[in-house]
Amino acid sequence: MKTQISPGRLILYSLLILMVIVYLIPVYMTIITALKFPEDINLLTSWDFPDRINWGSFSQAYDKLGPNLTNSIILTITATILSTLLGSLNGYVFSKWKFRGSETIFTLFLFGMFIPYQIILIPLFQVLRALNIYGGLPGLILAHVVYGIPITSLIFRNFYAQIPTGLIKSAQLDGAGFFRIYCRIVFPLSAPGFVVASIWQFTQIWNEFLWGICLTRHTSNPITVGLAQLAGGQAVNWNMPMAGSIMAGLPVVLVYIFLGKYFIRGLLEGAIKE
Amino acid sequence: MGFKRDQLIAVLMLLPSILLIALFVYGFIGNTVYVSMTDWGKDAALALDPVKNFVGLKNYADLFTGFLDGRFRQDLVNAVFYSFFLVAGSLAFGLFLAVLLDRNPKGERFFQTVFLYPLSLSFIVSGTIWRWLLAPDGGLNVLPVFIGLPKLEFQWLSSLETTLTFNWQYLPRLLVIMISLVVLVISLFILGKGSRKTGAGVGILGFLLLAIGIFGKDLLPTILFMEEIHGLNMATIGIIIAAVWQYSGYTMALFLAGLRGIPRDLVKAARLDGASEWQYYRRIAIPMLKPITLSAVIILSHISLKIFDLIFAMTGPDNVEAGHPSLLMYLTTFRANQFAKGASIAVVLFILAAIFIVPYIVSSYQGRKAAEL
Repeated sequence: MKTQISPGRLILYSLLILMVIVYLIPVYMTIITALKFPEDINLLTSWDFPDRINWGSFSQAYDKLGPNLTNSIILTITATILSTLLGSLNGYVFSKWKFRGSETIFTLFLFGMFIPYQIILIPLFQVLRALNIYGGLPGLILAHVVYGIPITSLIFRNFYAQIPTGLIKSAQLDGAGFFRIYCRIVFPLSAPGFVVASIWQFTQIWNEFLWGICLTRHTSNPITVGLAQLAGGQAVNWNMPMAGSIMAGLPVVLVYIFLGKYFIRGLLEGAIKE
Repeated sequence: MGFKRDQLIAVLMLLPSILLIALFVYGFIGNTVYVSMTDWGKDAALALDPVKNFVGLKNYADLFTGFLDGRFRQDLVNAVFYSFFLVAGSLAFGLFLAVLLDRNPKGERFFQTVFLYPLSLSFIVSGTIWRWLLAPDGGLNVLPVFIGLPKLEFQWLSSLETTLTFNWQYLPRLLVIMISLVVLVISLFILGKGSRKTGAGVGILGFLLLAIGIFGKDLLPTILFMEEIHGLNMATIGIIIAAVWQYSGYTMALFLAGLRGIPRDLVKAARLDGASEWQYYRRIAIPMLKPITLSAVIILSHISLKIFDLIFAMTGPDNVEAGHPSLLMYLTTFRANQFAKGASIAVVLFILAAIFIVPYIVSSYQGRKAAEL
């Protein structure tokens, strides 16, 4: 059967394609610029596809950003694991072991998610220095774990709300305690919750910049700080920052493309109230 | 045995997090407020136990009315514009994209992915890319050449132009006028609900405030001894475009979830009543998106205060024209070591954020309470 395309549909698809072009233009520009030789980059031909391909931009950018990449990988993996575990435990208490005042405490937790982090930066800086962990990755990991508590608790609390309370109650009648119920019932059902929470934390921590620049010394700078410094110099050859942007952006974009529906769930979690 | 003990264990397991939040969120906020009322930042500011003398609200008075802090005032004005345009732009584009996708085009997943991917990127990555796109003689500026037009000359990130200017001296009057307009709108709203007396009373109050704002030159203080012009700096436009590009996908996802949540019966009923597509969205769908719009406004205003990274990547921290209080806080604290003043800037930022966040959190708390009963 032949499908008919109505004028309305035609307009719909043209608008959509137009918007796709708008949203992908920066990607096109990034890729073609990264593949050019510095001497081939000039402003008037900036939109043209390169005549000769320079893969060297990537190895050059990697020479500069390699240590930052390593830092970011260590930071992101450690902080994500710690904060999702903590969030899972908190969410379990907030949803299945409510006590007098637990809702108020949860609300007070949530507030921590929305503060502009400048308001805690100075005491954080002082405390990390007093603890002798200023400047390195452990301090940064601590910050990400602590300030990750609100969002991870929220995600797990909402996720565990779906586990029927009857299941918990009957396990209790069978004599199972707090930890046994968590290990035998709740934790095995938690995989989707862990996926949503860790994707969220992964992208947040990988992309974070303010703490990276204020709380770490040069050798411990994460990728965002490295990239900002690479691109921030005065006479930059633009192929290098563009290659650097691809390195810094690709991990999160890949996660987003392959695990997009969990990413979106994390996104909506923070916004739509139950 | 059993339940009581387990409940105790549950509270104990939560305790470390409670203590961490109490210290790192509430304790630190309190500490920053205290620091903002000291003079920390003179000699040996970086000592672990620096000299701090209590000076009350002096730092705030300096920020708003001091001779040297004009940059803070422009940054504050910038912050208002950044927030306003980011919210308005993302809502408009997001709604547009959501309505397009709500028409169930083929390849919807693909389109959704394309519109949302910028959100996963760091502001530093998108900022670096957009800085190149907005280079004065290249990028977007040469695009018109491809369709035979002259190239644009706009200096996206280094423009010195300013529009919508006002004199900071008259800020109290401007604020009174703005408040009076809000009051007048509220009075119209009350009148619309049918309570005439209250509405008229509130209306009179509104006009009174308006009159004070317009004519009360001597009634209200001029808060600065010299003329100081602030306004919308054109150098911020490019940054706003990049921010909207990055965040409109987010509002799209929110709105699309909202549109999909509208009961099918209602959609069908509208069709049966002969509502056109336009009428359906105008009369039924969009009004139903109100709660989601509210959430989006709050989350986006909060994000707009984090525009720090984007500005840093696009113009560097030292571009005065495109500045933002969050950047100034960073420079004041960590470059100039004026910790007390940095803290007071942070408190101003915090209050701006709290205006949006506190009502939102309180209402979500009440919502949860109501859901439990």
